[in-house]
Amino acid sequence: MSTQSLTLDKHQPGTPPGDMAIWLFIYAELLAFGVFFLSYAFARAHNVELFNESQQHLNRESGAINTVVLITSSYFVVRAVAAIREGLSRQCAHWLSAAIGLGGVFLVIKLFEFHAKFSAGISLSTNTFYMFYLSLTIFHFMHVILGMVILAAVMLKARRGGYTAEHHTGVETGASYWHMVDLLWIILFPLVYVIR
Amino acid sequence: MQYQSQAVAKPYFIAAIGLFVGQILFGLIMGLQYVMGDFLFPAIPFNVARMVHTNLLIVWLLFGFMGAAYYIIPEETESELFSPKLALLMFWIFLVAGALTVVGYLLVPYAALAKMTFNDLWPTMGREFLEQPLPTKLGIVVVALAFLFNITMTILKGRKTSISLVLLMGLWGLAVFFLFSFYNPSNLVLDKYFWWWTVHLWVEGVWELILGALLAFVLIKVTGVDREIIEKWLYMIIAMTLITGIVGMGHHYFWIGTPEYWQWFGSVFSALEPIPFFMMTVFAFNMVNRRRREHPNKAATLWALGTGVMSFLGAGVWGFLHTLAPVNFYTHGTQITAAHGHMAFYGAYVMVVLTIISYAMPVMRGRAANSNKSQVLEMWSFWLMTVSIVFITLFLTAAGILQVWLQRVSTTPLGFMAAQDQITLFYWMREFTGLVFLTGLVLYIISFFVGGESKEAA
Repeated sequence: MSTQSLTLDKHQPGTPPGDMAIWLFIYAELLAFGVFFLSYAFARAHNVELFNESQQHLNRESGAINTVVLITSSYFVVRAVAAIREGLSRQCAHWLSAAIGLGGVFLVIKLFEFHAKFSAGISLSTNTFYMFYLSLTIFHFMHVILGMVILAAVMLKARRGGYTAEHHTGVETGASYWHMVDLLWIILFPLVYVIR
Repeated sequence: MQYQSQAVAKPYFIAAIGLFVGQILFGLIMGLQYVMGDFLFPAIPFNVARMVHTNLLIVWLLFGFMGAAYYIIPEETESELFSPKLALLMFWIFLVAGALTVVGYLLVPYAALAKMTFNDLWPTMGREFLEQPLPTKLGIVVVALAFLFNITMTILKGRKTSISLVLLMGLWGLAVFFLFSFYNPSNLVLDKYFWWWTVHLWVEGVWELILGALLAFVLIKVTGVDREIIEKWLYMIIAMTLITGIVGMGHHYFWIGTPEYWQWFGSVFSALEPIPFFMMTVFAFNMVNRRRREHPNKAATLWALGTGVMSFLGAGVWGFLHTLAPVNFYTHGTQITAAHGHMAFYGAYVMVVLTIISYAMPVMRGRAANSNKSQVLEMWSFWLMTVSIVFITLFLTAAGILQVWLQRVSTTPLGFMAAQDQITLFYWMREFTGLVFLTGLVLYIISFFVGGESKEAA
């Protein structure tokens, strides 16, 4: 077993897990969202009352449920990585399917929320708060879809036995991206739905 | 040269350089008209000189891209071009159509040209960069389709590499976005909205893919670094380009009557647009530092590194300078824009075309690299043109800052022409620097005719 740590593909301590390229991508995404979050803070500081008033109309319950859903899905992804480190391809694929399923639940809940807002005649031009609320959540929504596509690709490969206990960079790559999607929501939810 | 059909790139490159000279001459005429308003009037009015200057730029870059594609694709796909004859035929059609268009601009009043070329049937003329008469626009579509057909068929039958696929994606995007030049709604907001899709979704989107692919190709050749590493960089760069560039293009939508959210979208995403350009700089230097061979063509390596640096400065830094909506509120449509336009076009697209020409021309003429003497001259031209574009940019930036202050910020704002009168010193300096640029360009052309001992083709 001791030779395992010498194999190239195994995660080296001190380096981020997964492919280097996904990390550049993750940093770029975090930067894009970071700039957006800062713009939100900046715009809010100039118009606190409008932001507080509009925020009252958001559905915090569905936001909170979605937070739990995404964190749980991230936990499932962690289990998937743990499984493949033991060489358990089938279990890895099962955990990933569960995570993708929860991603789907997130999207459905979000769609109900969007539907309610759009039916109430709210659009990007309603006011600055809703502009941020809609663009941030829709932007994040698209990232959830992308994350699910990535996880699905990893899951299919895991099911075919494409990963082993030694070689599973792909699983860690997909997991890293999914955790980012989760992390963004963990910041987005309190920032836009709760803090006032 | 590994494949015979790569030779069709040669006339494209020669035409590109010829039109480049025309572009610079008209730039100089216009630069002088900034300070001597009636220079060459009424033979060449300012608006005509400007139209010729910008149209020639775009057309010669297109010649350069097409030549580059015809050169690169056979080598990447490891197969001869689908039809070299078609490529040559399209070359002549494009050249004649381009020449006739410029002659039309110069000899006939624009309104008469519009009438002569059936603009009444399908009005598309009269908009910046899209001034071409309808027959020219249709000709461009035919040439582009035949070109894409040729390139796509070659790729389909040969080896598929990331470089050729990224290049193909960029070229298809170029053609698709050109189609918006035919769309001319009567609603002025919609007209402007889609007007930006032609040239500006090129330079902030699909052309960056072409740029990345050309740079990657030359870097593989001159550094010998593993294709796998270079392709990974290429993928990351194009991902960042598309993430930032497409929505970032919203910085053009601030003041044209579009909804207010564009001020946020445009500001946030375009603030990130320097990233892919910065990655390109790091990419170029990194690959050259990790080189596994000493390629005899030092000039091509210099152009490649120059592209990395100057595209970041011109497109990235000078773009960021005025991209945030609160800043752009004051600066839009001033000399700041002109400063950015000059360095961005030169640093990104002019330089990358000169990079591929610098690498490919010697090979097409049967040698790995030009003689030392010729390369030294080419490097002189590199420095003269690059340094003078830096100064042109600095002078225009200074003129722009002054213009914004006099015309839009001060408590007693001046009218446009009165403000222009105050900044003529900078225009004179820009014109002088433009002459230095022309000198660099002349040396560049002379370098093709300098003999001496050269390395045989590998």
